[in-house]
Amino acid sequence: MSRKTEVFVIGGGPAGLSAAIVAAELGAETLLVDDSAKLGGQLIKQTHRFFGSSNRDAGIRGISIASKLCKDVENLKGRLTVLKNTAAVGFYSNNEVGILSQNAYERVAYQRAIVCTGATENSLAFENNDLPGVYGAGGVQTLMNVHGIRPGHKILMVGSGNIGLIVSYQLIQAGVEVVGLVEGLPTIGGYLVHASKIRRLGVPIYTSHTILQAIGETHVEGATLSRVDERFQPVPNTEFEIKCDCICLAVGLTPLIDLFQQAHCRMVHIGELGGLVPLHDSGMKTTNPDVYVAGDASGIEEATTAILGGRIAGARAYESLHGKSEKADQIVAEAKEELKTLRSGSTGERIRWGRERVLKEVGAC
Amino acid sequence: MSSLRIEAHPVLDFPTPKKVKFFFEGKEYEGYEGEPIAAALHAAGVKMLRRSPQKNRARGFFCAIGRCSSCIMEVDGEVNIMTCITPLKEGMQVKMQKGHGTIKP
Amino acid sequence: MLINDGIITPEELKCALPPEERYKKGPVAIIECLQDIPCDPCVSACPVKAIQMKEGITDKPVLDFEKCTGCGLCVPKCPGLAIFIVQKNIAPGKAAVSISYELLPIPVKDQMVTLLDRAGKEVGEGKVIRVINPPAYDKTAVVTVEVPEEKVMDVRAVRVKSGGQS
Repeated sequence: MSRKTEVFVIGGGPAGLSAAIVAAELGAETLLVDDSAKLGGQLIKQTHRFFGSSNRDAGIRGISIASKLCKDVENLKGRLTVLKNTAAVGFYSNNEVGILSQNAYERVAYQRAIVCTGATENSLAFENNDLPGVYGAGGVQTLMNVHGIRPGHKILMVGSGNIGLIVSYQLIQAGVEVVGLVEGLPTIGGYLVHASKIRRLGVPIYTSHTILQAIGETHVEGATLSRVDERFQPVPNTEFEIKCDCICLAVGLTPLIDLFQQAHCRMVHIGELGGLVPLHDSGMKTTNPDVYVAGDASGIEEATTAILGGRIAGARAYESLHGKSEKADQIVAEAKEELKTLRSGSTGERIRWGRERVLKEVGAC
Repeated sequence: MSSLRIEAHPVLDFPTPKKVKFFFEGKEYEGYEGEPIAAALHAAGVKMLRRSPQKNRARGFFCAIGRCSSCIMEVDGEVNIMTCITPLKEGMQVKMQKGHGTIKP
Repeated sequence: MLINDGIITPEELKCALPPEERYKKGPVAIIECLQDIPCDPCVSACPVKAIQMKEGITDKPVLDFEKCTGCGLCVPKCPGLAIFIVQKNIAPGKAAVSISYELLPIPVKDQMVTLLDRAGKEVGEGKVIRVINPPAYDKTAVVTVEVPEEKVMDVRAVRVKSGGQS
C-alpha cells in the first residue's frame, strides 16, 4: 500500500507537532508519523514548569504543553493525518519514505519531508556500566512519569546539566531517594536554580567527581565514586562507595540523524550541537531541498526552541510548495525573534556559537 | 521495602488500569494491562531481563523507548521482542531468551 | 559557592536582599535567581509590576522592594522555585517564610514540620501558618512556616516528618 502527502513530518515531539500544525494550518496536506503510542515526545514526561518567555509556554508544565499541541492537532483533522505506533524506517531516492507500523509496511510519497527525529541518550564509560539498574535519564522519566513506576528506591544521578538536575527533582517527587549527583566538571552545568532546588532537599552535589564503577552482579547495588583532577583523571585514594539500587545517566544527547544521511543531506559535526547534524539554513531546509529539519535532530537544545524551529520548518515547507505567504512570513519572523531572545545571554553562548557555524557552513556550500 | 509503583504523585495522576496475570520464566506475576512488559517486570522486582549472548552479562532495560534493544526477551515463543514498548496482555509467557534466540519458522 | 555545590552563600545572596528597613513594612519577596537564564514568568506574575528585567528575558530579575507588597503571587509561578516571601517579626523572636512546595504529603495548617536550610540540613522545627494551593497554582503549593527570627535567611525548605526524602 502507499500514501501520498504534500508535507510529511517524521516525529511527534514538540518540533514535529509544531511543524505539522503550522504546515496544516497554512493549508498544506500533512501527514505525521510517530513511533510511540502517545504524541508529545519527551514533553509527556516533563512535570516541571518550563523556562523561557511567558509569551510562549514559560511557567507551564511540559505535560500541559504536550496536551495543548495535541489539541491543536485534533482541531486540524482532515488536513493533518496522524499515524501513531508508526516508524519511518528509510528514505528512497524518489521522494518516498518507508513506514512500518505493527503489522504493515507502506510507502509515503512526499513533496516535502520535515524530519524531527530528536535525539538519543549518551552513555558513559565506567566499569559495569551495562548492569541492570544503570538507566538513561529519559528511560527513568518514561518509567516514572509515563508508567508510574519508580526506577528504584535509592538512585545516583550522573551529570549536572539541566536534565540531570530536573530528573533528580522529579525522582524526589516520585518518592525516590537521590543519594547524590556526580559531575566531572568543577561547576554545575545546568541552571543553578534547579541545582539549589534539589540541594535544599538534601541531595549532595559532587562536582569534580566521577563514577568509577557500578557495584553488583546481576543488578546495581552501589557505585564507587572518586574525585577528579582538572584533566578529569581520578585522584588516587579519593575513592568512596555509595549505596544505591540504580544509577541514572544524564550525560548528554546525540541527534538522531540516520534518516538525513539516507536522504543524502550533507552533515556537519558540531560539538556544541551534540555531534553530527544535517546542514540547514535559517529556514531549517537541509542541503536536500525537499527535506527540512527541526528539534534536537538539528542540534541538541530544549523543547521551547524545538517548537520554534518546528514552526519555522512548517511555514517554509508550506511556502516552498504554495508560494510566498504573508502569514508564513509572520510565523517565521516571530519564531526567529523568540529564538534570538531565548539564545541570548551567557547560558545560550554554546548554542549561538554552534548555530552560527551551521549557517556559515551552509553558506559556503 | 515499599513497592516501586507510585500510588500518589504531587503533579501526575496515574489511571489504574485492569490487572492481568502473566508468566515470567514459568512463575506467575501480576501487572497492568497495556503497560510495557519490562515495566511490569520492573515493578515486580525483576531487573535482569536476559544475559548477553557472548559474555553472559546481565542485561536490564535501558532506554525504555524501543531504541537500544537491551530489553529484548522471548514473548509467547517469539524472540527478540522489545519488552520496553510491547504492551502487556493477560496470560503472556515471558522468558529470558538464550543467546540470540531462535526464530521459529 | 552556588556554582560548585548549588548552595547560595550569604555573600552571593546580598544582591537579592532588601535594605533592613524594608522588613519593617511587612512581607517582601526575595528572588534567589542569580544567573542569566532565559526565563521571565515572574515579571508577568507580579500584579504591581515590581519585577523587571532590563536587558530582556536572559537578564536577572530585579525587584523593586518598595513596590513589592509581599503578596506572594510570583512564588508558585517561578519554574526555578527560587522565590521566597520573608516576613520578619510576626511575633517576638518569630518570622515567617513562604516556600513553593511540590511534594507529597502536603503539610496542613498548624502542623509541625522540619526546617531545612539551602544545603538540606535540618535547622529546627516550625509550625505551618498557611498553605495556599488553589487550582490556579497548578499543583505548586505555597507553604508559609513560622521560623525563629535568626533563621529566617537560612530556612528554604520544609520536610513533612512522616517518612520519605521530602
